[in-house]
Amino acid sequence: MLSDADLGAIALTVKLAGLVTLILLLVGTPLAWWLARTRSWLKGPVGAVVALPIVLPPSVLGFYLLVGMGPNGPIGQFTQSLGLGVLPFTFWGLLVASVFYSLPFVVQPIQNAFEALGDRPMEAAATLRASPLDTFFSVVLPLAKPGYLTATVMGFAHTVGEFGVVLMVGGNIPNQTRVVSVQIYDHVEAIEYADAHRLAAVMLAFSFTVLLALYVLNPTGRRKVAA
Amino acid sequence: MSHGVQARFQLDYRGFSLDVDLVLPGTGVTALFGHSGSGKTTVLRLIAGLEKSAHGHLEVNGEVWQDGKRLFLPTHQRNLGYVFQEASLFAHLNVQRNLAYGMNRVPPAQRQVSLDQAVELLGIGHLLQRLPETLSGGERQRVAMARALATSPQILLMDEPLAALDLKRKEEILPYLQRLHDELKIPIVYVTHSPDEVARLADHLVLLDAGRVVAQGRTGDLLTRLDLPMAHGDAASALVTARISGHDAAYHLAHAEFAGGHISLTQGVGTALPLGSTVRLRVQARDVSLTLDHHRATSILNVLPVTVTDLSPDSPGQVMVGLDAGGTRLLARITTKSADALALAPGKAAFAQVKGVAVVG
Repeated sequence: MLSDADLGAIALTVKLAGLVTLILLLVGTPLAWWLARTRSWLKGPVGAVVALPIVLPPSVLGFYLLVGMGPNGPIGQFTQSLGLGVLPFTFWGLLVASVFYSLPFVVQPIQNAFEALGDRPMEAAATLRASPLDTFFSVVLPLAKPGYLTATVMGFAHTVGEFGVVLMVGGNIPNQTRVVSVQIYDHVEAIEYADAHRLAAVMLAFSFTVLLALYVLNPTGRRKVAA
Repeated sequence: MSHGVQARFQLDYRGFSLDVDLVLPGTGVTALFGHSGSGKTTVLRLIAGLEKSAHGHLEVNGEVWQDGKRLFLPTHQRNLGYVFQEASLFAHLNVQRNLAYGMNRVPPAQRQVSLDQAVELLGIGHLLQRLPETLSGGERQRVAMARALATSPQILLMDEPLAALDLKRKEEILPYLQRLHDELKIPIVYVTHSPDEVARLADHLVLLDAGRVVAQGRTGDLLTRLDLPMAHGDAASALVTARISGHDAAYHLAHAEFAGGHISLTQGVGTALPLGSTVRLRVQARDVSLTLDHHRATSILNVLPVTVTDLSPDSPGQVMVGLDAGGTRLLARITTKSADALALAPGKAAFAQVKGVAVVG
């Protein structure tokens, strides 16, 4: 059915999306916490920067990341000084770009979940002898679980669905940067419509299944945050 | 003095200023009473460390929790129990695990209250496996109280625990609160704006207004001080501590004695007060009338010899009369016309006819 090249693209996509989601859950949690709790004036600007990928054309984001990670860009200078070379047109460059690209889709659901909690569960935990870190793991995380589920699914699915940023930053290198969306594009370019159909159908089924799971497992408003 | 609470707080923010100096006893219930905006909840939060005042000193049972300089113990290191206005149970844990949450975080050597004791005291044994969202408001609040007690606190802080409940739920919880009052050896600080809860629960009373302490002292004294607002209006009442000295089964009466004489109490069937027990009686000022002669022929059972101590105008046409009944203070709310007709003045002897007495604790 699917060619080796197709399977390679699928494996690469899953690897990329999985790593991006993992990184974003780790990085996004403190960022979402800060955004949900801070009273600093920086909340507005930082929140806007986080949300930029939602409105920016992927080509614009990809262009700046390409320049930034290039030999003369700040990220490029940094990676070169570490002896890592430059990132564009490598898997790691694609990974960095995807992290920026999918950031709001992970941070915002977690931030919303944190904001919905309010102060009270944390205060109640403090009066029950729980330190702030203890409270985070024993109260905040379990209560924010629906937000995390949404964040995980959206982060993963959104990374799988990216195309513009991949073309700008990653190019089209088999098993390096050629993800499923690019592979479909290649099939169409080569007028291999049957191949394009098969792969596109896989993507369609995947996206629908993921979203269905999200809506079934995570009906909003069923559980009150704090009784 | 090592027991009780000594607290001094100064706070200024968003147009609200608070400046209080409190000395609370080491046992019994202290009520922080005032209107909304008087700062009573803020004081409680300051004691808990949920709010921070730049200038403050706080000592609980001889342990300094906050001093004027550097020391500020974070809430989770303070040995306290806190009951919020809304129960604030953890929605992801069932009742049992809510109760265990605090207890598990207390070193075993410091645990004085067992989970079973807390469960028994609040009568929630049948709820242990339930999730908070399936409980009624009253049940949630009882679980919240048990959860606070299970940490074996040195002080129990309660922020209007009944305010979010309807009258029926309140009546369901009050007996448990009275039980806590009777059985706990730790100070309880209880924020309320309900004169009824003050009369039923509080031994000690702090009156707050606009961030200042108007008065603090024994509840019985403060409730009847004519210069304070609580001693006026329809709800004004005096508290009498008496001892049950006998029963009259035929008439469903119990006899109670106090320094100023004895009082007969009507009793419901099956609610006999044990002989020798101490009861707290609430006598509302509007239920007390005055006469200069002791009429034998009256339907009023309780007639006490009293001396008028002070008078103060109440609502138009009404006057509040302070009375001394053998050392116990009572209030009578009568018309100004009657007060003039009887020529009431401090030092005058009279008889107080008490129409109704409620046993409140």
